[in-house]
Amino acid sequence: MPYDYAPFPYTAPAGLTEPEPRQRVVIVGAGPIGLAMALELAQHGVSSVVLDDNNVVSVGSRAICWSKRSLEILDRLGVGARITDKGVTWQVGRTFHRAAEVFCFDLLPEDGHKMPAFVNLQQYYVEQFLVEACQANPLVDLRFMNRVTAVTQNGFTTVEIETPDGAYTLESEYLLACDGAKSPLRQMLGLEFDGELFEERFLIADIEMQGDFPSERRFWFEPEFHSGQSALFHKQPDNIYRIDLQLGWDADPEAERQPEVVVPRIEKVVGHSDFRLDWVSVYSFQCRRLARFVHDRVIFVGDSAHVVSPFGARGGNGGLQDVDNLGWKLTAVLDGTAQPGLLDSYDRERTFGADENIRNSTRATRFMTPADGVERLFRNQVLALASKADFARPMINSGRLSKPCVYPTQAPDDSRLPEMTRPGAVAQDAPVGNGWLMDELGRRFVLLCLGSDTPEVSGIDVIKFDPTQMLRARYLGTADRAIYLIRPDQVIAARWVDADAGMIETALSAARQ
Amino acid sequence: MTLITSPNIAQADEFYAELLAAHNGLSDAQSHALNAQLVLILANHVGDPNTLKEALTLARQGFDTPP
Ligand SMILES: Cc1cc2nc3c(=O)[nH]c(=O)nc-3n(C[C@H](O)[C@H](O)[C@H](O)COP(=O)(O)OP(=O)(O)OC[C@H]3O[C@@H](n4cnc5c(N)ncnc54)[C@H](O)[C@@H]3O)c2cc1C
Repeated sequence: MPYDYAPFPYTAPAGLTEPEPRQRVVIVGAGPIGLAMALELAQHGVSSVVLDDNNVVSVGSRAICWSKRSLEILDRLGVGARITDKGVTWQVGRTFHRAAEVFCFDLLPEDGHKMPAFVNLQQYYVEQFLVEACQANPLVDLRFMNRVTAVTQNGFTTVEIETPDGAYTLESEYLLACDGAKSPLRQMLGLEFDGELFEERFLIADIEMQGDFPSERRFWFEPEFHSGQSALFHKQPDNIYRIDLQLGWDADPEAERQPEVVVPRIEKVVGHSDFRLDWVSVYSFQCRRLARFVHDRVIFVGDSAHVVSPFGARGGNGGLQDVDNLGWKLTAVLDGTAQPGLLDSYDRERTFGADENIRNSTRATRFMTPADGVERLFRNQVLALASKADFARPMINSGRLSKPCVYPTQAPDDSRLPEMTRPGAVAQDAPVGNGWLMDELGRRFVLLCLGSDTPEVSGIDVIKFDPTQMLRARYLGTADRAIYLIRPDQVIAARWVDADAGMIETALSAARQ
Repeated sequence: MTLITSPNIAQADEFYAELLAAHNGLSDAQSHALNAQLVLILANHVGDPNTLKEALTLARQGFDTPP
């Protein structure tokens, strides 16, 4: 059944008749990032107004793959269970060269995590669930059919907004630009968006069909069923399947979108004609980012700040990590518990994250679309070698799937403790009691004490667990006890085998700068 | 410096002849392909990233100065 794009209600905003009070935060854009941002701030007790020029969810399916880290973030925002219940869970990817399988990866080979490695779910469902959560939240004022047309800032921000009933202005302490890859706000501020366009076109089709396909990602180089360079196949809920076909740069995007061209191509992929086209588009992809994400009181989050090609699913997933990083920092600045300089760490950490995402997405896209000459030579020889030597298999790059980066930091660390939970990394989940460690972490700074005495530190929650085997593997390594300082975004700020209150207080105040 | 740049192949003339023989009967394009595979195979055997960087730097020497 096709998705029902029911329009969200529009109500004439108060600002049309009399000036509204200055807001703490105005968010421009109700895509997945703007919506998640509003919920994240609300969790910290910060109210916001979300403005969107439209009144439906993302039409056609764009994002489908949501990473474990995104699911953890979305779970904290209250929509995790809805997404995992509705979505298709997967963790295995298979890559083929012609008809032969040449590489297979398992993204979560160990258990003991609340969230799976990946869930496939159409972006419109994710947005719908987020909209419903925003509508139910008294701290979120969601305004559809409100288009931002101008912005100024001078110690606070002012936006001009057009609605079906006329124009008004709205002031706020901070303005969050979550207005997507084409970001009108980026253009209004005259900011450059630097990076690379890949000269390649991809047909992206969602089809509905009955079938019993495994929940795996499948990728082909030089498939026998398609004359182009590559093909990608993903399962989604509602019997919808995503098919990406590489078309070449010379392909005419308009002609390639027509059903009489698309249907025969898809028939060759699935081997029959018993399917319905749900959505078709032809894309070219770019990897670009803003030099800085923070421009005084206008802060860029999500696709407005960075875009990547989708092989690796690092777009929306990367944006949700921006939300995670910014929420507590902006809250602390608004509440006066941190200096505005803390926002520089959002800029520093998330440009670092964006660079890692761009690097990975660029490498995958180049592997799929090698330039003529030596680049194509090496690409083809990696593929040829893969069938005769194991080492070449992991060199085959059809996308390195989204993982959170490890932020660079000089924070206290101890080499006896495991590498995966070093400072700068996101905490690892593990079962604790009847629940999950991730549910105990986040939203505030916590001190996680494993097998160690609790030092007296004021103003910080302490949680204690007896180390189970999994906690030992993920948090203790060769040590028998440890103390972890964990940020509100579940990132490890510092860790020790033994620490006194002074050491912890110093690390805590460093993490708040 | 971890890259061995002093003579290290016991029978260098023998190897050189075998290298040429490996290309017997191949077109230029096939020879390029074989060489690319050989680079990848040997690079994997070396493994150590610093040694590989030194090898890339050494190979690249002289290509940037005009003849
Ligand atoms: C084919 C394809 C496949 C993808 N697959 C994946 C995937 O598997 N996983 C993944 O994580 N990501 C994927 N992505 C990327 C993902 O779709 C984006 O990263 C994500 O949509 C970004 O969200 P956003 O909220 O930043 O921007 P958007 O979703 O673009 O939302 C921006 C919002 O701002 C509104 N807006 C714009 N201008 C104004 C204005 N002037 N006033 C008010 N509102 C305005 C728009 O109407 C829109 O609602 C894919 C993208 C494509 C194209």
